[in-house]
Amino acid sequence: MAQQSDIKYIAPVAIDIKKKKYCRFKKSGIKYIDYKDGEFLKKFVNEQGKILPRRLTGTSLKYQKKVAQAVKRARHLALLPFVTDNLKSNY
Amino acid sequence: MVNQYETVFIMTPVLSEDQMKETVQKFEKILTDKGAEIVHQENWGLRKLEYPIQKKSSGFYHLIEFKAEGEVVANLELQYRRDERIMRFLTVSMDKYAIAYAEKRRANRNAKAAETVEVEAAPAPKAEEVNEESNKEEVAE
Repeated sequence: MAQQSDIKYIAPVAIDIKKKKYCRFKKSGIKYIDYKDGEFLKKFVNEQGKILPRRLTGTSLKYQKKVAQAVKRARHLALLPFVTDNLKSNY
Repeated sequence: MVNQYETVFIMTPVLSEDQMKETVQKFEKILTDKGAEIVHQENWGLRKLEYPIQKKSSGFYHLIEFKAEGEVVANLELQYRRDERIMRFLTVSMDKYAIAYAEKRRANRNAKAAETVEVEAAPAPKAEEVNEESNKEEVAE
């Protein structure tokens, strides 16, 4: 264990190379975003249950609108919370 | 114009299993009486709610997909509002992508259901097969 932690410090710290964001719906050809799948929609909300902006997720405008619509429907059906703390730490 | 719709409703958890089924049947009847064609139904059972509704933290979810005229939806939602067993409901009209997705989802669910049935049924015949095979091998040798 001690050796491993040593290596971690010897190895150069990884510098973030800007990774190009992409729209996961366009890439994988998903045409419809299901509001019934709460677990999937959790990828598009932050810990407080707020919808994440496009600039963070990389979703295209067309699908961001659909994500927003789906999240709002899921909230209505109590599949997603409107407000909460640490949504993701539960999992 | 006939459209395809999808409706999900949440019933109060105070209902018994039979009362829950009765409620579902009532809404099925409301739909079929108005000339709607029920395409698919799903009962999700008792589920935990992400936030309390009417001070209840769980509810029976039920999903119905149906084809009907637009006026049927208005009538259905009126009935939802009048029924105190219904805590929440949502009716959505389905576009072609939604219909395609629903079909896929149904197929997946069926496959999963079939798998579990197979797993239950499978072990006994498998053991026999193995025996037969080993017998054959012995014969071949």
